[in-house]
Amino acid sequence: MTGVAAGGASATEDLLRELAPQVLGAVTRRSGDFAAAEDAVQEALLAAATRWPADGTPDNPLGWLIRVAARRLTDQYRSEDARRRREVLAASWSLNTAAGPVPGEADAARDDTLILMFMCCHPSLTPGSAIPLTLRAVGGLTTREIAAAFLVPEPTMAQRISRAKATLKASGEPFTLPPPDQRAGRLASVLHVLYLLFNEGYASSGGPDLARSDLSGEAIRLARGLRASLPGDPEVTGLLALMLLTDARRPARTGPGGELIPLAEQDRSGWDRPLITEGTTLITGALRHGALGEYQLQAAIAAVHDQAPSHAGTDWAQILALYGLLERMTGNPMVTLNRAVAAAMVEGPAAGLALLDGVRGPLGGHHRFHAVRGHLLEIAGDGAGGAAEFRAAAAGTANLRERHYLTAKAASLAASGTAGAG
Amino acid sequence: MRFMLLQNYGPVESDCLPMPEWSPADIRAHIEFQHALNRELLDRGELVDAQGLAGPEQARRVVSDGTGAPVITDGPFPESKELLAGYRLVDVETVTRALEIAAQASAAPGPDGVPIRQPIEVRQVLSAPDPDL
Repeated sequence: MTGVAAGGASATEDLLRELAPQVLGAVTRRSGDFAAAEDAVQEALLAAATRWPADGTPDNPLGWLIRVAARRLTDQYRSEDARRRREVLAASWSLNTAAGPVPGEADAARDDTLILMFMCCHPSLTPGSAIPLTLRAVGGLTTREIAAAFLVPEPTMAQRISRAKATLKASGEPFTLPPPDQRAGRLASVLHVLYLLFNEGYASSGGPDLARSDLSGEAIRLARGLRASLPGDPEVTGLLALMLLTDARRPARTGPGGELIPLAEQDRSGWDRPLITEGTTLITGALRHGALGEYQLQAAIAAVHDQAPSHAGTDWAQILALYGLLERMTGNPMVTLNRAVAAAMVEGPAAGLALLDGVRGPLGGHHRFHAVRGHLLEIAGDGAGGAAEFRAAAAGTANLRERHYLTAKAASLAASGTAGAG
Repeated sequence: MRFMLLQNYGPVESDCLPMPEWSPADIRAHIEFQHALNRELLDRGELVDAQGLAGPEQARRVVSDGTGAPVITDGPFPESKELLAGYRLVDVETVTRALEIAAQASAAPGPDGVPIRQPIEVRQVLSAPDPDL
């Protein structure tokens, strides 16, 4: 009914979602079966969500959840074919549970969130599978909430998650931290998944997609959890900072009708100052480490925007330099599009247009190329040329609100014949 | 990415007989094929919705200027063969996958199990905009 964590953000729900990765970590470590443990934990969370508000929260909520999940797992094994072999295993560790915490478990629990993130963002999974699995296993969301956020029926989402777990099982990934030589590569997958999750929510904020906008809040919560596990990693910090600095602009990013308001036209008094302060502090600290990465660079660019008093009063020279670094680091022509906008602000539209000519090969068919070109032609005073580019961009986008924005842009430029920057 | 896979009442490319003239067993096999395809898409976590639409005979056309009584007309429509017969809404990771599903749907069995080569129109559903616009 509601979207992710929307509406009844009750104390029970918050507690359950905080405990979810710890319960799953404990049950997986004891059973050695992530896929089955994940189902059992989901059932335990659902049981707690209905019983705790009525019966009161137990004294040891973590222990309660582990016990209930363990019982569900035992039931599950009993009903399966390979029954005898597994019953022995299940019985041996459910006794463990009854005896209380296993020594050393507290230490292991600290790593659980991290191990689970590495599992759920395993390179064998596509982002479309990794994202919902992460939301369920680490975020403690129900299948129904995830299905609502992604606008698909619950059985479809349930199947997607169960297939993701089958893929993981087939990969034979053990429930431990990846070996040190694989850590960086695997962390990059985790960061990528969280970044995509954030964009899923941010891109759809407002209007009829309201349930989805909570996904960016969820991405921020998961990124905070990841940073708690890896406080010294500058890219983890960079990603969290990027999310905060981007999310800070959300209130000013859509108009009353859900229409897009581009950065240049946003009412900056609507930006979330505490988020900007937190994000700026984080990225400043991360940059001091010296190990520069793409999330840090993107966060640094977002910070410069967020601190500027106005679009015109932005430190475009610094943004231009940061995009130059990002372009060299990633080799991504999409970065060049952004650098072209910054170059136009610093050196004039001709400089930006010249940069665009350099990426016409790889990007000439992409709607973003035409949108940026239209924008630069508009600044240059070529209204007719700008309108044509905006029309091409509108025809090429698969995004509804973006199409509305680009169509309106083309129409207003065509109507004014020639138009200056505005 | 979401795609609508649309099929019309128009002719299929195999030039087979219209469905009411098929044998009951062939009709059953065709319907079972559609159900099986939907089940497969559900199992893969890709199915959002699948619906068939009532025939052109039951269609109505509504035109209104927003103030007066709307004008409601029955068929026949000039291009009744162009009318939508049904759709599948799928949520997939790539356009390639959407085309693959469309190809599967197009090869639905007709008389004697011969694929009818039903044309399937693949249309991307507009989504939310890029975040850094």
